[in-house]
Amino acid sequence: MTIEELEQIARSVQQENARYDYEVNVCMDLACASQGAGLLRDTLERLAAASGKNVLIRKTGCMGPCSSGPLVRVDPEETLYAKVKEKNAEAIINSLGAAPVAELQCDLNEHFDKQVRVVLENAGHIDPEKIDDYISRDGYKALLTALTEMTPNGVVHRITESGMRGRGGGGYPTGLKWGTVAKASGDLKYVVCNGDEGDPGAFMDRSVMEGDPHRVIEGMAIAAYAVGASKGFIYVRAEYPVAVSRLTTALREARRRGLLGSGICNTTFNFDIEIRLGAGAFVCGEETALLASIEGRRGTPKPRPPYPAVSGLWGKPTLINNVETYANIAPIVRNGGKWFFNMGSERSKGTKVFALTGRIKNTGLIEVPLGIKLWEIIDVIGGGVPGGHKLKAIQTGGPSGGCIPADMMGLGVSYDALMAAGSIMGSGGMIVMDDTSCMVNVARFFVEFCMTESCGKCIPCRAGTAQMHTLLTRICEGSATMDDLDLLIELCDTVKEASLCGLGQTAPNPVLSTLKYFKNEYIEHILHKRCPAGVCNMAGTSAVEPAPAEVLA
Amino acid sequence: MAAFTPPPLPSDDKRWKIVAGTMRKNGFARHALIETLHTVQSSFGYLDDDAIRFVAQSLRVPLSQAYGVVTFYHYFSLKPPGKHTMTLCAGTACYIKGTDKLIESAEKHLTLKAGQTTKNGQISLMTARCVGACSRAPVMICDGEVAGEVTNEQMIAQLERWTVE
Repeated sequence: MTIEELEQIARSVQQENARYDYEVNVCMDLACASQGAGLLRDTLERLAAASGKNVLIRKTGCMGPCSSGPLVRVDPEETLYAKVKEKNAEAIINSLGAAPVAELQCDLNEHFDKQVRVVLENAGHIDPEKIDDYISRDGYKALLTALTEMTPNGVVHRITESGMRGRGGGGYPTGLKWGTVAKASGDLKYVVCNGDEGDPGAFMDRSVMEGDPHRVIEGMAIAAYAVGASKGFIYVRAEYPVAVSRLTTALREARRRGLLGSGICNTTFNFDIEIRLGAGAFVCGEETALLASIEGRRGTPKPRPPYPAVSGLWGKPTLINNVETYANIAPIVRNGGKWFFNMGSERSKGTKVFALTGRIKNTGLIEVPLGIKLWEIIDVIGGGVPGGHKLKAIQTGGPSGGCIPADMMGLGVSYDALMAAGSIMGSGGMIVMDDTSCMVNVARFFVEFCMTESCGKCIPCRAGTAQMHTLLTRICEGSATMDDLDLLIELCDTVKEASLCGLGQTAPNPVLSTLKYFKNEYIEHILHKRCPAGVCNMAGTSAVEPAPAEVLA
Repeated sequence: MAAFTPPPLPSDDKRWKIVAGTMRKNGFARHALIETLHTVQSSFGYLDDDAIRFVAQSLRVPLSQAYGVVTFYHYFSLKPPGKHTMTLCAGTACYIKGTDKLIESAEKHLTLKAGQTTKNGQISLMTARCVGACSRAPVMICDGEVAGEVTNEQMIAQLERWTVE
């Protein structure tokens, strides 16, 4: 494969597509598929064939606004239809060449206007099971450019120059990590993609792996070239069977096209990727635990150093990045580090994909330039809190993150600002809570999660999270004293400082951040045996009827 | 070193050949343990002692290690699933949208606890730590079919359909 051959494939796909007068794109991502998008697509195909019109029906990855699904977009007009049912298929086919179906059209301009799509640029535009669709949108061009025109050091330099930070949560500078692995000595090195997305409430990585799998593969191949690795692993949750199947197809296709394997694109570069299935352990998102799991062992973390960059899989230098990090690599190589550096805020460059869910009108997948204000995400992109309720908090970072209260919506979304506010960027879950959520109960929910997901290797996490959970349960049940609260705070400190890995070190975050901003709710529970949101069942205590929401604010 | 001969298949059940296939594909390497256990579970529905013993011997992994791996990961089950499985997602978005009430109601309806199977082996009730369909919370999965924005009535109706089958 050469650049010319790649361009030839792209041209033939474009010519093929140009034969059609219309393209009807049907979103087949989980949210739309669970509402009958599969049946809809079959019916559209049948009716299109019967109509004699020149129509291409394409199944695509996630288009974004899941709450409006099933979504259908008709090109070239880019007419977006929302909540399409199978019975609407006929109207859509009939409308081709005539006026659009007014009652299905949706106005999501505000939702899309503030978004910048880099990682999701192909989602909704390509069939994820067709490598040529990906190639037709500049796919694998970056890999070929890197292999034929750049040195490995040059690639590392470009990534460093972009200012990219890891999208898995920690925010470690990607270029720096690549540089460390590149400098590590050893003839065998590995590249690993962390697709273990264990964070409840986050599904960005699933959508990328399902909707644009080649982008992840290309990013990994470029990384392998840059650091001198010859073997890669994608570690995917077993709970994502569609992602596994799409990646399997994509790997096979990439090998067939000579984009993986030995002597890639007539160079001396050899690289291939294997898929490894996770088995339901949140701790495996921690890099040393993930490596143990790939080696077929229990996913328990190891103290660092040595870092995986020096001694990782089977003791060899190993580069581990998250799905979204790899998904950013091809555009950076293609467009240059400066292009990426110019997006985002001062110390958080580029864009970030968030899974916007919870008590918000437009739920779904969004991609925004970093630095964007929280209110822009909630009020403009998200369309606000529905049902006349009041925004209470936004939870980011999953069980390792925290809750940001409604009066801090002016905050710009960046690694540092979220950290300063007591939360973290995390992998990109963004869960909106309104006045029907009890913050103590939310804290208990996350601590329960960490307690059951603790691997049990170190005591602060294993026993500490269990004790935290007991104390929080006592508060929620109305049987706690103020001494219990003091003990909880002290325990949070111990677990945070003394735990071995990120799971334990960050497990207290949901408690600490809710204590920081919603301490009154804790005190209400303890002193007045009252749950202000009316969530906690205080049976057996002198329960008081929940107060109207406005009293709380 | 003498070439390693894997132990014979536990029975002439064809599914063991699929399991052996996974191990062969991985060169009977120890690191194929989790991959192989996945194959056993997808073929047989769960992992019993015989299966774990066979896999451990075939991959030359201590039985304790194999058992340790099986019990460490939530995805692996040591008990056979019911004829039907209802999984309620207990991820954050589903929790915010009231999945705890659904779980409570299903437990009451079936008189069991999440993670258990009805005595007649008809229905298993499970919870999941997020299936990634958060935008349509709360979510339930009925025999692999994902349904979103689930109401208590819908869930109970589904359980009743399975009960009277």
